[in-house]
Amino acid sequence: MSAKENFHLVQTRGLGIDFGGVKAVQGVDFTLADGELRCVIGPNGAGKSTFFKLLTGQYRPTHGDVAIRGRSIVGMQTHEIARLGVGIKTQVPSVFNGLSVRENVWLSARRDRPPRLANEACDDVLERLELTGVRDRLVGELSHGQRQWVELGLVIATDPALVLLDEPAAGMSDEEVERTAELIRRINQRSALIVVEHDMPFIKMIAKTVTVFNRGQVLMEDTVDRVLADERVRDVYLGKQLHAELARQAA
Amino acid sequence: MSTFWNRAGLAAFGLAALAAVLVLPQLVEAFTLMELTVYVVMSILALSLGFIWGFGGILCFGQAAFFGLGAYTYAVAVMNLGDSTGAVLLAVLIPAVFAAVLGYFMFWGRISDVYLGVITLTVSLILFNLVNSTAGDAYRIGSAPLGGFNGIPSIPTLNVPGQPELVLDPLQMFQLCVVTLALVYYGLRWLLASRFGRVVVAIRENERRVELLGYDARKYKLGAFVVGGAVAGLAGCLFANWGAFVSPTIFGLAQSAQIIIWVIVGGVGTLIGPIVGCFLIQWLTSSLGAFGGLNANLVLGVVLVAFVLLVPRGLVPTGRALLARRRAPTVRVDRLPETKAA
Repeated sequence: MSAKENFHLVQTRGLGIDFGGVKAVQGVDFTLADGELRCVIGPNGAGKSTFFKLLTGQYRPTHGDVAIRGRSIVGMQTHEIARLGVGIKTQVPSVFNGLSVRENVWLSARRDRPPRLANEACDDVLERLELTGVRDRLVGELSHGQRQWVELGLVIATDPALVLLDEPAAGMSDEEVERTAELIRRINQRSALIVVEHDMPFIKMIAKTVTVFNRGQVLMEDTVDRVLADERVRDVYLGKQLHAELARQAA
Repeated sequence: MSTFWNRAGLAAFGLAALAAVLVLPQLVEAFTLMELTVYVVMSILALSLGFIWGFGGILCFGQAAFFGLGAYTYAVAVMNLGDSTGAVLLAVLIPAVFAAVLGYFMFWGRISDVYLGVITLTVSLILFNLVNSTAGDAYRIGSAPLGGFNGIPSIPTLNVPGQPELVLDPLQMFQLCVVTLALVYYGLRWLLASRFGRVVVAIRENERRVELLGYDARKYKLGAFVVGGAVAGLAGCLFANWGAFVSPTIFGLAQSAQIIIWVIVGGVGTLIGPIVGCFLIQWLTSSLGAFGGLNANLVLGVVLVAFVLLVPRGLVPTGRALLARRRAPTVRVDRLPETKAA
């Protein structure tokens, strides 16, 4: 065993960031093991997306530390962190709209591969995501759901050790949600994942351990069943959804 | 566009260049050929901006700075060296190095698009004022007086490498310029097909995504900017040769604005567009000059406004879209139905 495997894949200690007095994330101690699949839930504004931006170097923390395999990434550039094996699918699909589906995935596959292997890896990813039929279409012409697949393709084509998914099921049909869950399980065979999601049935489909964020802090971290049964979680999160649902029904 | 039309386009460009080199000199008189030479030279300059703006998304308002630097470098170097070969190399190298230094500060400083335009324009105006105020014998580099606002006259023109006494005649000069334009065009096409070129285009589309994929966007933008500077420098070198004269107006506002108009008229995001726009606008300006009465700048202004309002994508992309519609009349690529979106 090499020395780096003694470290957690991701470890944050006392991680925090202030935006002019607003503590978007504070005192987060979070660890993720190699190959783990973790769901992160929490109400809007709980700091989930900010947490992702801290992990990918898009924001620099004002407190604490983030380490990937024991190596601090604070102060590193976004592209350097990506090369440590961190891939992210953002909430709003972040793709190259003016390029074809294949060109999108190719750019990612070609990063660490010579041209021939890159072409093979690219075709393989398109196959896995069932995008072969639209490979020559411009990404900007595709539906929202398909653009999400393309972004997933971009992310996995570099074979990252860690994949961050910010609301992968948002705006998808039931059928697409199920496909996404299946896909996440398959990605998990090669990579560790952190999935931010609101959709409870979806979380039940994929999650083992769930971390709950509230007001920039970790509220609790446990198995999916215990989290969903927890009183506090219901209050801050499910309660809101329930209230909203009741309000909708009343209206 | 399909590979077939891509290849057809490449071949057509090659044939046009070949015809210009071999056939055109038989058909037109020497004066027309001289005028066409400057069109071709300016097309190389237009290509340099077409590349960094249309593909790299970097709107450089000061492409004239590299053009002027190339011209002045050639003039000074050839007067000192006596042979034009080294001077040409320097005229490419020095603008490239200048672009590297300027680009380093802009891209590593994460200067946003608008300020990038302001900075590049300012730099070229600074160069204008700097060179403009070098009149008098005190200002000379080696044996070459800079001449201030009078410029540098009687620049020795291109010779056969290693043989300063064998100077190119106007016909050879024209042929050399066409070949250079073709080489620059094919070179940029090749570059755009490489990983480097594709990453550059991806940065134009979505810089954040490029960085999240693990590419250092700053390096790629700098690379594109330096290529643009080198190509503009090469154009400047040929321009200095064309008239055997160079003056500070080459750094001026009018020059910078013209380059942008060529690219807008021809079409941002293509390589052939800037060449078409450059030829068309230059022909228009020179016809107006011959015609007299009308102010060329006024007409240029009207043309620019008309294009921005009526043909915002430029001639070449609009023409391509029309052709594509004729080939496949039922498919509107810009309005495909959304499937199961949110």
